[in-house]
Amino acid sequence: MRVMAQMGMVMNLDKCIGCHTCSVTCKQAWTNRSGVEYVWFNNVETRPGQGYPRTYEDQEKWRGGWQLGRNGRLSLRTGSRLKRLLTIFSSPVQPSINDYYEPWTYDYETLTNAPVQEHTPVARPRSLLTNKPMNIKWSANWDDNLGGAPELTQADPVLQKISAEIKEKFEQTYMFYLPRICEHCINPSCAASCPSGAIYKREEDGIVLVDQDRCRGWRQCVTGCPYKKVYFNHRTGKAEKCTFCFPRVEVGIPTVCSETCVGRLRYIGIILYDADRVLEAASTPNDQDLYMAQRSIILDPHDPEVVRAAERAGISRDWIDSAQRSPIYSLITKFEVALPLHPEYRTMPMVWYIPPLSPVVDALTETGHDGEDAGNIFGAIESLRIPIEYLAELFAAGDTSLVTGVLKKLGAMRAYMRDLNLGRPADESIATAVGMTGQDIQDMHRLLAIAKYDERYVIPAIHAEQGPEREEFDTGCSLDYEDGPGMGGWGPFGETSGGSTPIAVENFHMLSARQTTDTLSAPPTKAQRVNLLNWDGKGAPEGLFPSRGNDDARHGPDGGGDGPGSPSVTEPKP
Amino acid sequence: MNALDIVLWVIVPYISLAIFVVGHYWRYKYDKFGWTTRSSQLYESRLLRWGSPLFHFGILFVLIGHVMGLGIPKSWTEAVGLSETAYHAMAIGVGAIAGFGTLVGLGILLYRRRTTGPVFSATTKNDKFMYLVLTMTILFGLSNTVLGVVGHGGVDYRDTVSPWFRSIFYFNPQPELMAAAGPGFQLHALSALLLFAIWPFTRLVHVFSAPLGYFTRPYIVYRSRDRQLGNRATPRGWDRVGGPRR
Repeated sequence: MRVMAQMGMVMNLDKCIGCHTCSVTCKQAWTNRSGVEYVWFNNVETRPGQGYPRTYEDQEKWRGGWQLGRNGRLSLRTGSRLKRLLTIFSSPVQPSINDYYEPWTYDYETLTNAPVQEHTPVARPRSLLTNKPMNIKWSANWDDNLGGAPELTQADPVLQKISAEIKEKFEQTYMFYLPRICEHCINPSCAASCPSGAIYKREEDGIVLVDQDRCRGWRQCVTGCPYKKVYFNHRTGKAEKCTFCFPRVEVGIPTVCSETCVGRLRYIGIILYDADRVLEAASTPNDQDLYMAQRSIILDPHDPEVVRAAERAGISRDWIDSAQRSPIYSLITKFEVALPLHPEYRTMPMVWYIPPLSPVVDALTETGHDGEDAGNIFGAIESLRIPIEYLAELFAAGDTSLVTGVLKKLGAMRAYMRDLNLGRPADESIATAVGMTGQDIQDMHRLLAIAKYDERYVIPAIHAEQGPEREEFDTGCSLDYEDGPGMGGWGPFGETSGGSTPIAVENFHMLSARQTTDTLSAPPTKAQRVNLLNWDGKGAPEGLFPSRGNDDARHGPDGGGDGPGSPSVTEPKP
Repeated sequence: MNALDIVLWVIVPYISLAIFVVGHYWRYKYDKFGWTTRSSQLYESRLLRWGSPLFHFGILFVLIGHVMGLGIPKSWTEAVGLSETAYHAMAIGVGAIAGFGTLVGLGILLYRRRTTGPVFSATTKNDKFMYLVLTMTILFGLSNTVLGVVGHGGVDYRDTVSPWFRSIFYFNPQPELMAAAGPGFQLHALSALLLFAIWPFTRLVHVFSAPLGYFTRPYIVYRSRDRQLGNRATPRGWDRVGGPRR
């Protein structure tokens, strides 16, 4: 048994309202740069829908993830290592920019500098790739809220698999939201397809990162990832991906997408797993057994033997402690309501989902039944508006009984808790019907409904004795901040060259500048300047113009000195 | 042999090769982040699918041809019984196929680069200059091959260019050999020397990251965060207790 810790996330889809706050804050934090305009480390898809990039789940087409060979051995769907290297000059199945979308901006300047005319000037869209006017035909969220249905949604690969049709009648349509980030897989196929070995999994927390100094832009990872969550920065020629906000997680605070989630639907925690059994679990012959296989490598952090093995593996006591309190461990293993996204890709994804139940209650209530009555819910789950088959294709490789089991638990929780809320005696038979106890249901209800910040995010900080690392990961020389002696701006070979600016160093200098100035936006000599509102217009008092270099000696080192000008013309210090 | 010959066939080659070697070392030390293929496949892949493999496989064969032609002395091939005519038939045959493959590939790639909007706007001045020198070198080289097929009355490069090239590495340069090689080979050599001199400063550096290590490494790479404290190497005198001695 080789114990490793893995950071993971669970999202409760019942709570997602599709507001895209996670996507926007993530974009602002990580991909608001040139070269990754089209990149959304976090995106929220409307399902059924084509997703982003379009139809990425069709692995017959995109060839992401792993597959079992005829000999039962696990291999990448793109073929052998030799085959990948032979096709490296032109990757056969890499998505093009049109499969994502062509990023654009608007000609905003026209709005202010257009000549006087009869019609209001219009800001026309301009491509951010060519800077030419363009027609917007697609975006990361073109089919948001079933926009363009039924034509667009019929191309959803999951829908095609279950051969269901979106009903054309408005009353019969269904949809739900699926927020997606990088899965930080236990068996990442992006890392396996990287020829340079630039994509790696961190030993400490399992976060999958791209070493920007080692990436050579072979773009095999883009094909290798079945979730299409590795992106190609077309300006720097390097792969980029979701970082699980490692600078935040390292100091114990949640990712930006979780922090800003309006519905509070995300849970972050760590699990302990047995690294020796990953390959065996990922090679499980039957797709539908992969869920249980992945569950089986997750270790019980309360088991003394596991704790001892974890300590031997160098996992510190507070990490083990966090693993014991981990909300994702509870949701995955204890309550068994969270399911992995597309386990059949065999990458052992570590962002799990609680499938949506909501419409069933409303639907039942509308038909005049008691929507929260346990018997009614259990009976109705299979005739849900969202077909169970659809959810099963997403979360259970098509195993509908698994999804039904989870939805029954969620329904049971509603029915059981309603009795308690109404002051009625608890009906334990509801709990036993789904294989739980009343206490389990109450615990699950607490975690799903009222858990506060520190219960939803149990993130152990990395260690104090690892001191300076808390700030950031290996990002280069500390003198490489902007205008620093290391380098400023781009390197000599254009924008794609030179080192990257360390986040913490830049922030450190900004912070120290702000802390040592007198006001929020003042140069050091501001106190000596003439306030023009008080200036009577006669002559040129001292301080009207910035001093030349040799004047500084006169004013003394602190910049105040003998007091330039009279108090009436000097702005007082705040 | 005059002063110009010494400049062109002794001084320029050494300068060029020195820039090539030191430049790569410096670029790797200084600019690992900029060391990439700068692929433009995201923008366009229909033309790339044909052009890029044609060019790259073509130029790999051209490289093998050059290693053989420049590196293996004439006496060796004759010692194993390969006649002059047979050698040239083989060299020119394979060379012409590989060369034309390279040229057609390059033509497709340049056409694509010029006509595909996003690809063209991602092309830097550095790229344009590099393409110019590269195309020139390939054209001169290929025309030598073609002239070799058509005329074959000129000079044998294995008596002139190859010994001169090897003499550079013996540090016993023989410029008089190259001076006698004729303008076709001279132009090809000069533009190649220019190409070597700009090589470390262009996207051509990606040649040296051919990912051969991929065959031997395990699929999943694990890396620890705490091999190094902070974001730069530990300075001397600040090693951790029990750390490795340096």
